[in-house]
Amino acid sequence: MIEVQHLTKRYGDLTAVSDISFSVASGQILGFLGPNGSGKTTTMRIVTGFLPATSGTVKVAGFDIFDDSFEVRRRIGYLPESPPLYNDMTVTAYLRFVARIKGMPRAEIADALDRVLTRCGLTTVADRVTGHLSKGFRQRVGLAQAIIHNPAVLVLDEPTIGLDPQQIIEIRALIKELAGTHTVILSTHILPEVAQVCEKVVIINAGRVVMEDLLANLTQEQTLEDVFLRVIAQEEPHNGQLQGEVEETAG
Amino acid sequence: MRNVLTIIGKELRSYFVSPVAYVVLTGFLLLGGWFFFNLLSRFSLLLTLYTQFQGGEAANRLNLNDYVIAPLMHNLSIILVILIPMITMRAYAEEKKSGTYELLLTSPMRTGELVLGKFLASFLFVCIMIGLTGVYPVILLAFGNPEVGVIVAGYLGLLLLATSFVAVGLLTSSFTENQIIAAVSGLVATLLLYIIGWPAETAGNVLGPLLRYLSVTEHFADMVKGLIDTRGLVYFASLIALALFLTQRSVESLRWR
Repeated sequence: MIEVQHLTKRYGDLTAVSDISFSVASGQILGFLGPNGSGKTTTMRIVTGFLPATSGTVKVAGFDIFDDSFEVRRRIGYLPESPPLYNDMTVTAYLRFVARIKGMPRAEIADALDRVLTRCGLTTVADRVTGHLSKGFRQRVGLAQAIIHNPAVLVLDEPTIGLDPQQIIEIRALIKELAGTHTVILSTHILPEVAQVCEKVVIINAGRVVMEDLLANLTQEQTLEDVFLRVIAQEEPHNGQLQGEVEETAG
Repeated sequence: MRNVLTIIGKELRSYFVSPVAYVVLTGFLLLGGWFFFNLLSRFSLLLTLYTQFQGGEAANRLNLNDYVIAPLMHNLSIILVILIPMITMRAYAEEKKSGTYELLLTSPMRTGELVLGKFLASFLFVCIMIGLTGVYPVILLAFGNPEVGVIVAGYLGLLLLATSFVAVGLLTSSFTENQIIAAVSGLVATLLLYIIGWPAETAGNVLGPLLRYLSVTEHFADMVKGLIDTRGLVYFASLIALALFLTQRSVESLRWR
């Protein structure tokens, strides 16, 4: 469903992502791991078509992200690191706006809105202005925004950040429910989250893929934490600090 | 087209649910009203003086078009130079800063639709602004007899001038994620368009007419006098089209940079 091949992204002299390749099968949930500044956000921005790659190709549902960007964008739901909310809009107005620009037929919007409000636990705040919501609710509105048009592919950049334990459990359950019908790339720092939710794991470090395997294979002998620490230590990031700065300016 | 309407709706809504629209409209009408009041009281003083000391003949040369409406239009145009970059500064800069730019650009929407939607929304807002100043000429029409054709031409000029400034302001906003930089560079650009014709007198036979043609003021002043010239209309249309085109390229550049 998603095929990333030899993807490289340079900002001037800095290489944020270097020759990375991985693939996600249809209906699979991919855990996308890596230390801060390793190029996770950059990769996701390229996959969603927000940023162009310096070289390499990305195919989503068979469409090339550069040649058929429009078709790809139609099929993707994206939750960036900070939820892209308009602080002066109510939750309902905001989600209705998103549904429209995602190209949903007008007749389906009302149903879709009810569905995501319930699914993301937003019914109680539906008429509140998003700028006044707590971080947990903002994150949930961000998730609702990503799934409202029922996209085949979901790209979620740290979706459980800032949530309380109860909400984290709910959101994880929600993401798990999406498996099978949706293909998901889930970036996170929280290793147990990957262990619970994902089928496949890609670990990147300093802009390179250092591990790509099914979760079941990885955790046969070691815990995911041990695997993560081992592959990160193997390849000491020579320009890790610069990478971090790139991430920051890009954000 | 549907996307354009959605963007217009969202933009207009954000003007009017925040205090922005009300502050801008109040400020604009307050200053406009002050100018109008001053011009009118000066006119009435002149009229009294002229009739007292020089008889009816001199007083006949005073008319509302030249002594009240034309200077009012010029004053309003100066306020627009300052206010419009402040109206347009947030259009792209704020989206970039708050991360909503990612939402817009990863949606299946053409950049042209986004640019057009934002432009039309600001254009409609400016129409409301200028439309509300219509009370001044209406007051004059109720109590005097200014020439309606000249007023209409002046208003067309004011609207074209404001629309060009909107297009230029949106362009500068698309370059940056900092609203202050967007506003300042927008102000510099619109002000430059306003005053670029000043050295025309001394700039020689080639450069002089060119500077005069590039100046917004020149074409605007003609319209305020009641002269609607195709040269002026072409000038405003090309300025707006150029700024919109560059904005589209600027937004699109993120995809190939």
